[in-house]
Amino acid sequence: MSENVTTKQADATRKDAAMLPPVDVIEDANGITLYADLPGIPKDRLSLHVEADTLTIEGDVVLDVPEGMEASHAEVSLPRYRRAFTLSKELDADKVEAQFDRGVLKLRIPKAAHAQPRKVEIKVM
Amino acid sequence: MMMYRSLFPRDVFAELDRLQREIQQGVDFSPSIRGVGRGGFPAMNIGGTAKSVEIYAFAPGVDPASLDVQIEKGVLTVSGERKLDAVPEKAAVHIDERFAGRFRRVVSLPEDVDAGSVQAKYRDGVLHISIARKAAAQPRRIVIQ
Repeated sequence: MSENVTTKQADATRKDAAMLPPVDVIEDANGITLYADLPGIPKDRLSLHVEADTLTIEGDVVLDVPEGMEASHAEVSLPRYRRAFTLSKELDADKVEAQFDRGVLKLRIPKAAHAQPRKVEIKVM
Repeated sequence: MMMYRSLFPRDVFAELDRLQREIQQGVDFSPSIRGVGRGGFPAMNIGGTAKSVEIYAFAPGVDPASLDVQIEKGVLTVSGERKLDAVPEKAAVHIDERFAGRFRRVVSLPEDVDAGSVQAKYRDGVLHISIARKAAAQPRRIVIQ
């Protein structure tokens, strides 16, 4: 695990160019749901990591390209996506749930128990 | 490109955009009358080999049953619909960047493609269409007698 982390830091310092995936971020009373479009990334090439209060989504695009192909038009021109988000304190980064299907990542980041909404009872005297 | 100093400085972003378009026009090797729009959904990459034309449509999160690929008169059309999860009641949308709804993109194909020999696969959110070129158009070695 620690080795994995070191590799990622080395990657980050190289500052290799990456595309910014489009995202939707929706907040409800119990947490935040984040969707990111990451087409072309196989499940094993997607990496998610949280360091301090930063959540980083990163992945490599792998396409089935026949030998000797020459590109004539490219709108997706880089082989990598990356986007980082700062998490606010009330979010519980240890309980992030991730699903990745057909190039769409869905992350659920719950709010910490103490930050969940509580109904305050009003005593009528 | 002619270089000149304008009297009124123009919006730097518009200027950069124009510059990028000009550079791109110089790079694209086969500009077509239909063009290939930028920033549409799905994003597309196109390439070719001596034997085939390869088209990649980046359409994540689409139900494959809603995808439709057609070739007619030298034009490839990719259409479909992307439905996103409904936003729950009382939820706040902080960022809303992803495409939703029906889409359709059209690409002009080279003349030598064989519309009867097409393969389409949808994997990891990418629709990959491979169209063979007609055998006659493929390079052949001519035997000298």
